[in-house]
Amino acid sequence: MERNLHKQLGNMKKSLFDQGYLDEQFIQLEELQDEANPNFVEEVVTLYYRDSARLIQNIEQTLENNPLDFAKLDNYMHQFKGSSCSIGAKKLKNECTQFREHCKTGNGDGCKRTFQQLKKEYAALKKKLEHYFQVP
Amino acid sequence: MTSNNILTLGQKFSVLIVDDDKIIRRIHKVLLNKFGFESHTVENGKEAVDLYLSGKHFDLILMDMEMPVMDGPKATRELRAMGVNNMIVGVTSRGLDSEKQAFTEAGLDYCVEKPLTSETITSLLQELAKK
Repeated sequence: MERNLHKQLGNMKKSLFDQGYLDEQFIQLEELQDEANPNFVEEVVTLYYRDSARLIQNIEQTLENNPLDFAKLDNYMHQFKGSSCSIGAKKLKNECTQFREHCKTGNGDGCKRTFQQLKKEYAALKKKLEHYFQVP
Repeated sequence: MTSNNILTLGQKFSVLIVDDDKIIRRIHKVLLNKFGFESHTVENGKEAVDLYLSGKHFDLILMDMEMPVMDGPKATRELRAMGVNNMIVGVTSRGLDSEKQAFTEAGLDYCVEKPLTSETITSLLQELAKK
């Protein structure tokens, strides 16, 4: 039974990597998990989603302004990218980079478009990781 | 993860983690503890400076570049001006060489990218053991 669960977990993780959701940093986090910090990865991911919700909201509100404050948006996205990199969220990291490119060129439509995609990826990863952590 | 105590010859080094990102603070604290560091965390450069003003000392400071209240470059300059001569390593996710250069010139020993890796910590331990 345990072997099957272990295999299931392994397959889920492989899928997350193969689909580009996660990168090597996630493995680094798992390597830090031990008896002293048995749920370290889940703890960090939970912290990430709790903390980044505020950033997402800030970005959303700032995108409603006219004209757009690209410096402010870039600053928020820099923070969000940093946190996303910390948990190995590869797709999100790429969306953040794209968003920041749009900020540099003052492309408001690009920012808004990328942000919508980013929110989808953010929600999709959250669901997948919740499922991953549910496996005992 | 293999033990790296051999690099430190049993000496326990202390590290001050200065970062406004609580996720980074948590990850780096656990990572550094695994390497035998005694770690302390603060949220910005001013808190780091205040700790030193209160008489605290650390073998290593990991200084984030961008922080509210007081950023990494300013905190580094202040600490060096106070006569703090322990290793200060800048930790940044900023990619531009010019920004890293400016940060380094504030008084860093090194500047590395975050999040830290085991390899980076190993290198820093080797440097600390030499001192």
